Amino acid sequence: MKASAFAYARATSVSEALELLVVHGESAKVLSGGQSLMPAMNLRLISPEFIVDIGGLTELGGIAVERGILTIGALTRHVDLLKSTEIAAHAPLLTQAVAHIAHPAVRNRGTIGGSLAHADPASELPACMITLGAVIIARGPLGERRIAAEEFFRGIYETALLPHELLVAVELPVAPEGSTHFFHEFSRRRGDFAIVGLAAQAIVRDGQFVDLRLGFFAVGDRPLLAKSGSKLIGVPVTRTVLSEACSALSEELSPMGDQQATPAMRRYLAKILLARCVGSLLSRADLGLGGEE
Amino acid sequence: MTPRYPPEMLSVLDRPNSYIGKTVPRPNLDRLMQGRGLYVSDLELPRMAHVVFLRSPHAHARILGIEMSAARRMPGVIAIVSGSELASVITPWVGVLSHLKGLKSAPQSAIAIDRVCWQGEAVAAVVAASRAQAEDAAERVSVEYAALDAATDMLTALDPATPVIHGSLGDNLAFERNHDAGNVDQAFADADAVVEAEFVFGRHTGVTLEPRSVVADWNAGEARLTIYQGTQAPHMVQNIAALHLGLNESQVRVVCKDVGGSFGIKVHIYADEMATYALAKLLRRPIKFVADRVESFNTDIHARDHRCKGRIGVKRDGAITAFEIDDLTGIGPYSMYPRTSAIEANQVVNLVGGPYVTRNYRARARVVFQNKNVMCQYRAVGHPIACSVTESLVDLAAMKIGIDPIEIRRRNLIADDAYPCVSPSGLRFEQLSHHAALAKLVKMMEYDRLRAEQAILRAKNIHRGIGIASFIEVTNPSAAFYGVGGAKISSQDGVAVRLDAQGSVICQTSITEQGQGSESLTAQIVGSVLGVSMDRVRVVLGDTDNTPYGGGTWASRGAGIGGEAALQASKALRKNVLDVAAAILQSTPGELEIVNGRVVSVADGTPRIELSELARIVYFRPDTLPPGIQPELMATRHFVPREYPFAFTNGVQASWLEVDTDTGFVKLLKHWVVEDCGTIINPQLVDEQIRGGVVQGLGAALFEKCVYDERGQLTNANMVDYLVPMPGEMPDIDVGHVVSPTLESELGAKGAGEAGTAGAAAAVSNAVNDALMPLGVTITEIPLTPQVILTALGKI
Repeated sequence: MKASAFAYARATSVSEALELLVVHGESAKVLSGGQSLMPAMNLRLISPEFIVDIGGLTELGGIAVERGILTIGALTRHVDLLKSTEIAAHAPLLTQAVAHIAHPAVRNRGTIGGSLAHADPASELPACMITLGAVIIARGPLGERRIAAEEFFRGIYETALLPHELLVAVELPVAPEGSTHFFHEFSRRRGDFAIVGLAAQAIVRDGQFVDLRLGFFAVGDRPLLAKSGSKLIGVPVTRTVLSEACSALSEELSPMGDQQATPAMRRYLAKILLARCVGSLLSRADLGLGGEE
Repeated sequence: MTPRYPPEMLSVLDRPNSYIGKTVPRPNLDRLMQGRGLYVSDLELPRMAHVVFLRSPHAHARILGIEMSAARRMPGVIAIVSGSELASVITPWVGVLSHLKGLKSAPQSAIAIDRVCWQGEAVAAVVAASRAQAEDAAERVSVEYAALDAATDMLTALDPATPVIHGSLGDNLAFERNHDAGNVDQAFADADAVVEAEFVFGRHTGVTLEPRSVVADWNAGEARLTIYQGTQAPHMVQNIAALHLGLNESQVRVVCKDVGGSFGIKVHIYADEMATYALAKLLRRPIKFVADRVESFNTDIHARDHRCKGRIGVKRDGAITAFEIDDLTGIGPYSMYPRTSAIEANQVVNLVGGPYVTRNYRARARVVFQNKNVMCQYRAVGHPIACSVTESLVDLAAMKIGIDPIEIRRRNLIADDAYPCVSPSGLRFEQLSHHAALAKLVKMMEYDRLRAEQAILRAKNIHRGIGIASFIEVTNPSAAFYGVGGAKISSQDGVAVRLDAQGSVICQTSITEQGQGSESLTAQIVGSVLGVSMDRVRVVLGDTDNTPYGGGTWASRGAGIGGEAALQASKALRKNVLDVAAAILQSTPGELEIVNGRVVSVADGTPRIELSELARIVYFRPDTLPPGIQPELMATRHFVPREYPFAFTNGVQASWLEVDTDTGFVKLLKHWVVEDCGTIINPQLVDEQIRGGVVQGLGAALFEKCVYDERGQLTNANMVDYLVPMPGEMPDIDVGHVVSPTLESELGAKGAGEAGTAGAAAAVSNAVNDALMPLGVTITEIPLTPQVILTALGKI
């Protein structure tokens, strides 16, 4: 398992990286943390002719909070997200989610930009981005584009990024006052890709949801911001209401089958996850999995 | 000075400062921890080239042509060799043994000729200056195939409509064994309840951390082949390589340095390894083959692909009246060489019902060919199948008549004072301790408290289960395993010990080390018997030029057989040393003893002469010795058990787990093992052997499966999709011991390598079914994936 021969350049600036992408076009691949790219190359699933290594671009690192916006540089590694006090304070969902990304060795190298640009539908960060209403910032030869996370993910390993663009940062609104969150994924082993996962953020007042954003992952070809969450907002949540929301969720999903789960099992587990999420966010053990009153 | 005892009053194992029964650090630990291990991958020889095997994408196909010219022009390419070209230097083989009556297989070549029979079989060897260059060139080799119908499902392998894989064999049946003991029909008729079930076991593999690796170096100047290989059986490799390359064994040297895990995966001879030996001879240069992870999954032997129907009869009082099984297994297109692929099914027949007193037992086992990767012996060969079938049936019987799983075992396990005795399949047991082990387990796990806790949690809709599995384990095999069937696989082992010129000890042993502690146990025995500290014992293993002839390390035989040889060799050397010492000191050997590297007086422990001084005299001033004394400061002994064809160990395992009935996920909470491996040489090594074995059994129970599609394509040949057990999911594993030494040897060790694997999956299956009992669901399939459990619960 050795990668095919390829040419390699370590970019010294974003503009140089962009120039290389323009010159080499589709035959080039951007190397960030390398945690998805290198295995794929070693398995010869892909054989890019040219590698643009952006690992040295310090301008793409860093986490900053300003005027209610949390900006995370594309090269920020998972381990840095995990340890960041800014993230813990302003996007606690992300802190919790990152702990589920693979294992320490992967988190030490993998980057948020790499994960988002790779757009594996079973990975955690894309779902977190849609839940948190992130804006993805892409820079190309003609300047920057701002893309809403919901518009960014287009399919399995497909994004709105153009071949000449580099994902440089993401922006997140800081978690609203009084917001709460839920993250869980079903995976066969700790660190595996999820069979089904859910990243949720909510505002709960007087036992009711004022806001509820549900970002499911591994339930289709891209992360899904579930519309069925709206059925739970502004109403007293009963077992019946929960059941209806679960049924509505099922309608929204188009899960695929793989080694770990059939589409039916994914659909089923997504409903379990929604029920557990609602029970947890409302602190309501009585709701169970929903059902008849 | 502590009081002295005449040495003859103590066994050689109880001598002062004995290392036997003590946890001491492994001598190779510092070297390995400092990164100074030497694995085959580390080896670089002058003019060494790398081979990559182009492998068949088809499960079954005719090879119409191989176009190599474009690949030959690629950078770094040295040679591209087809199966027929390689056949000029190496002969094919047939994996059969004469004592497995009726076993048949077809000739297998090092590289496929004309036809491929599984996805992953090598069709050409690409040899280049580097592995990367060889892989680049392999992409340019184009093979024209004509796909053939593949026989992939073992259930239909014997149907007339299924293509026969090897026409010359007539059908796809490789082996069948029938066994009928006692009066089974009458026993079932006499039973108050009869329970039957069909058990399904997933095909899985060993996943060694270090893949299979070989460097073969043909030295044309001395007409000698040196094979550096991570193997469990160097002398077997020597024999087989010589046989098929047309050499004398003296022309083949096998060197086995450090090995990164074996588990039975590395006890076989694989076609690609044979091809590597042959390429070295053909190309007259060193050739390195290191399997990558994908080809490891596609070519390392698989195991355990069984479907077994089982039936048990039981009386109302809990007495088991009979067992009956009908086992079917698919082994791939060839019986593996040289140990054959019939052994696992044969073991299943041997071992079902083994812990229990009932004499009534009927079994059929059929082994069929299929167009999948080869199956063969992997850690605890056949045991997990036999144990799972037996222990599941016992639990089902207990459930049927409404008695506790512990109680039914108490009523049926062979009594601890009933030995020696013979099992219904004809196995002879010297001394087992099922009841003592069960009693200890019940105490360790606080069985009654756990049952109470389970009842409380059930009321809260939390489904926890307890699973019990008694087991027996075959160890220390004599020639009955392979030798009597004609295989040149030694069942005896040899050890040579010698005193060097400074009074330290060099010990050469024919057993091998793959991480389980062979080196440590050998040094502990030698140091204890000789009376020298372990740091003065240097153990040499894994080199056919430099060790006595022997079997190696497999079938839990290293400690029991190699350890006894070390003990006897050390005793002989000790006697020789004391004879010389007596001559020097004008004393008698009976008055002398060796303690801490010096000869002392038995009577009062007074130091008489340092071993270093004795060695100095022997080696450099023999002229000062009394006339007629010819010291022999080297001794060699060999050992093989003769009374029993196999030693048996026994034990019992328990699992405590929780099933999330909403999601189908199983959380392992705790695992217990009580086992009886006879004399324990190093408690920590034994416990870690048990724990490692348990983890591999837990992998089978919950995670590991080679997933083939109906066309015979392995669809999860990578570490993402093939799930090996990882620490996060593993429970704490408590290990306890009962010690019943074998009297076959002075050492008394029976072996501990496979006990953990033998019973772990059975304990988990029983625990899951115990947890699901209130829901009226029983599952008899492993791995117990969430998909399987949710399906059984009717949730999806």
